[in-house]
Amino acid sequence: MAALSMWDRWRDSDVWHSFKRSPTAIVAALIAAVCLFCSLFAPWVAPHNPFDLATLNLMDSRLPPAWLEGGNPSYLLGTDDQGRDILSALFYGARISLLVGLASVLLSLVVGVALGLLAGFVGGAVDAFIMRVCDVMLSFPSILVALLIDGIGRALFPNAHDTLAFGVLIFAIALTGWVQYARTVRGSTLVERQKEYVQAARVIGVTPLRIMARHVLPNVMGPVLVLATIQVAAAILTEATLSFLGVGVPPTSPSLGTLIRIGNDTLFSGDWWITIFPGVMLVLIALSVNLLGDWLRDALNPKLQ
Amino acid sequence: MSALVEVRDLARVFDVSAPWLNRLVERKPRQFVHAVDGVSFAIERGRTLALVGESGCGKSTVARLLVGLHAPSRGEVHFDGQRIDSMAAGAALRALRRRMQMIFQDPYASLNPRWRVLDIVAEPLREHGLVQGAAAQAARVGELLRSVGLAEADAQKFPHQFSGGQRQRISIARALATEPEFLVCDEPTSALDVSVQAQVLNIMKDLQKARGLTYLFISHNLAVVRHVSDEVGVMYLGRLVEQAPKAALFSQPRHPYTRMLLDAIPDIGMSGRARTPVQGEVPNPLDPPRGCAFHPRCPHANERCSRERPALATFQGIRVACHAVEEGRIR
Amino acid sequence: MSAPATTTTPLLEVKDLVVEFPTRRGTLRALDQVSFSIAPGEILGVVGESGAGKSLTGAAIIGLLEPPGRIAGGEIRLRGERIDTLPPEAMRRIRGKRIGAIFQDPLTSLNPLFTVGQQLAETIRAHLPLSEQQARERAIQLLADTGIPAPEARFGQYPHQFSGGMRQRVVIALALAAEPELIVADEPTTALDVSIQAQIIALLKRLAREHGTAVMLVTHDMGVIAETCDRVAVLYAGRVAEIGPVAEVIHRPAHPYTRGLMGSIPAMDGERERLAQIEGAMPRLNAIPPGCAYHPRCPHVEPRCRAERPELMDAGATHAACWRVAAVAPAREGTA
Repeated sequence: MAALSMWDRWRDSDVWHSFKRSPTAIVAALIAAVCLFCSLFAPWVAPHNPFDLATLNLMDSRLPPAWLEGGNPSYLLGTDDQGRDILSALFYGARISLLVGLASVLLSLVVGVALGLLAGFVGGAVDAFIMRVCDVMLSFPSILVALLIDGIGRALFPNAHDTLAFGVLIFAIALTGWVQYARTVRGSTLVERQKEYVQAARVIGVTPLRIMARHVLPNVMGPVLVLATIQVAAAILTEATLSFLGVGVPPTSPSLGTLIRIGNDTLFSGDWWITIFPGVMLVLIALSVNLLGDWLRDALNPKLQ
Repeated sequence: MSALVEVRDLARVFDVSAPWLNRLVERKPRQFVHAVDGVSFAIERGRTLALVGESGCGKSTVARLLVGLHAPSRGEVHFDGQRIDSMAAGAALRALRRRMQMIFQDPYASLNPRWRVLDIVAEPLREHGLVQGAAAQAARVGELLRSVGLAEADAQKFPHQFSGGQRQRISIARALATEPEFLVCDEPTSALDVSVQAQVLNIMKDLQKARGLTYLFISHNLAVVRHVSDEVGVMYLGRLVEQAPKAALFSQPRHPYTRMLLDAIPDIGMSGRARTPVQGEVPNPLDPPRGCAFHPRCPHANERCSRERPALATFQGIRVACHAVEEGRIR
Repeated sequence: MSAPATTTTPLLEVKDLVVEFPTRRGTLRALDQVSFSIAPGEILGVVGESGAGKSLTGAAIIGLLEPPGRIAGGEIRLRGERIDTLPPEAMRRIRGKRIGAIFQDPLTSLNPLFTVGQQLAETIRAHLPLSEQQARERAIQLLADTGIPAPEARFGQYPHQFSGGMRQRVVIALALAAEPELIVADEPTTALDVSIQAQIIALLKRLAREHGTAVMLVTHDMGVIAETCDRVAVLYAGRVAEIGPVAEVIHRPAHPYTRGLMGSIPAMDGERERLAQIEGAMPRLNAIPPGCAYHPRCPHVEPRCRAERPELMDAGATHAACWRVAAVAPAREGTA
């Protein structure tokens, strides 16, 4: 069998094949891709910039969606109480949500995987200590931890720069997520550590750090990817919850959660579109990412083939 | 001393006690397993010593003690006249360890599934800085693969594209990368089919002749041991009970356990020879018998055997640890 | 073509058995027209290397093929009645009552949550109309028969309190519990030490003779076959390469593969500088060559071997699937 390029191997792999055969996965991937595209290229894709105060027209506020009576075709999904186009706000808001979600997952992944590797590889007191910290962290509800960190952050830096506020938020969400990675990776590391290729590396004289990084790490990343995919959805929802409560992203860069909160006040007075559309977008993103994660977990599980 | 490898009173104790909290609450005592309990032997340059025994006898632990995967609890390991078990970590130790390598039992777990064969075989070269530059490394890897009967193009493939026997050859190629003088082989063919085993054993013998390698060969399969070894050591519950040149061991086994082992091998020749029925099972290593470890199963045991542990004594060029042999009760 | 008929009605008859695995890359034939028979009370060995299909043969007979594997052709008859086409419920009744099974790993063959006695008694009562007390007595008797000391005490113990060899004895007791006519044993001694292996082989042989049970012993270890079996079938790439009485197949094999196999086994007698080795490897299921599956590795290959697949043919003392069977004089291995 000739050596195959990486692309060939991917195309021939079970994962790709399982993807092709799963309508749920394909649809979920498409939706996620569209959301990602719109949010990444929001400045070019969105018909308006809802956060540029200069372009806002208060006369156009509280317009219903275009297909309803009183709607304006240039504001496809209507406007809110300040004249901001909902559709554009969706794109910009999704951008923030995804940014915060992905960044916090990346941070918690790096920290969790590193700690899990360390715990599994070194063992002994280090392992026991890290696992006890995990146990303690798991006994706090994640929202409360995020609120706590956020509150501390605001108390420490009352006139904080926006970027710092983002940093604190990402840190707060990451703090609640790393435990899952640590425990999963620790379990896998314990298994891989016993395998003979690790012992062979030790006999060759490779340092423990290099063994961890170059031998064990690639082999424990599988479950981590699945976890990360599902956690992105959780992180986005956590951020949305915090923003809804008013303690998330700064008001100058509203995320989907902020939009939901803004619309919440006017929900029962009849302007339903201001809340509902951001809500639907949030659900779509979370759902598609979750479904992708589910499919990925089944696809990577050889016993379910 | 011409012995390349020498081991004196080597021992390794594993702490298998329950976790501290459990011990505290349930008042359990600490438990230890004497996996290796005072083993001494020497291997001459260019020769093969085989260690045989059943599961739990400690032969794999001896192998790991020699290459430094475990630290000995007691005893000394000498390589080329220098003591390596107590040597401080550093360049000198690394240089010595480079001259000994190991081949493992499981061909499916001994190669990193995510690495290409090229990286797997080149790792020792890179780690010790023996060959610089990607091209030179690739050339050396190709040469190593050819020496074990594989093709140079195989370097670009991944382990899962190979069969068990081919993977074991890749392991051998990797072990030979640093041009070692001493190879510890831990059941290298136990997981392979008979015809594949024949291929791998032949390669190992050829390599030994071509490069003057010294082998420590661990196995539970006496027929394989007979084929590859010069000297054979029999282990039981962490102790060496008999050591003899191959011909002597197989034609005239002294120790009752050796006799029992040889008797238990299924007779493919179907010569219809009479066999002594085998009794009992290997005792729990957490609670080994007092005195001679084999005495509960031994047809020749007497009162002394249950009290006093026999020392490895030399009789007519053969080392046996048995009171009955020493007292002349068995011929 | 079926294997040579025995003088009495065979207990188990397998004719042209085909087992396939549909995969997304095409259908793989794991067993390709395998035929053999077992007489009542006979011990048949099924030997082969990894991938030859010997475990699948056992699984197909017991009816425990893992999906998507399925029987795609041929017949399996137990005392003349077909069992491969039975519905799952009927097969379940046969399994255990008429066919017993022993698997390789004694650790996973027993349920760790129930005592050994409970598992034995449950099996007995599932197939025999006995009361709880009668079942218990029978279970203790079985434990004693399999050489377990102090069976009354052991009855109430859990599997983890037994050693590997003891567990395998319990598994044998379980297999014999309902007095089956046939036992399928898949590598029963591979996970055990050599000394224990000898004990278990002797036990299996003795009990089989005492109860008149036929045994189909699947293993890769030729030594075990030599000690235990009356006849042996050698499998290669899902086909029967040779079948015949054990002494003949071992000492006077007719098929080149069997000869190569015998030659590569390190023997306890005699010295050999190099083991005879067969070049190449067994073909993967998706790359089985046309004609005779062994022809790429065979030192005696002829044009016919590449084109036509040989059936089992009379080779004197054995039956071998080889076109040259009549021409090549059977000799002791080592000269092949």
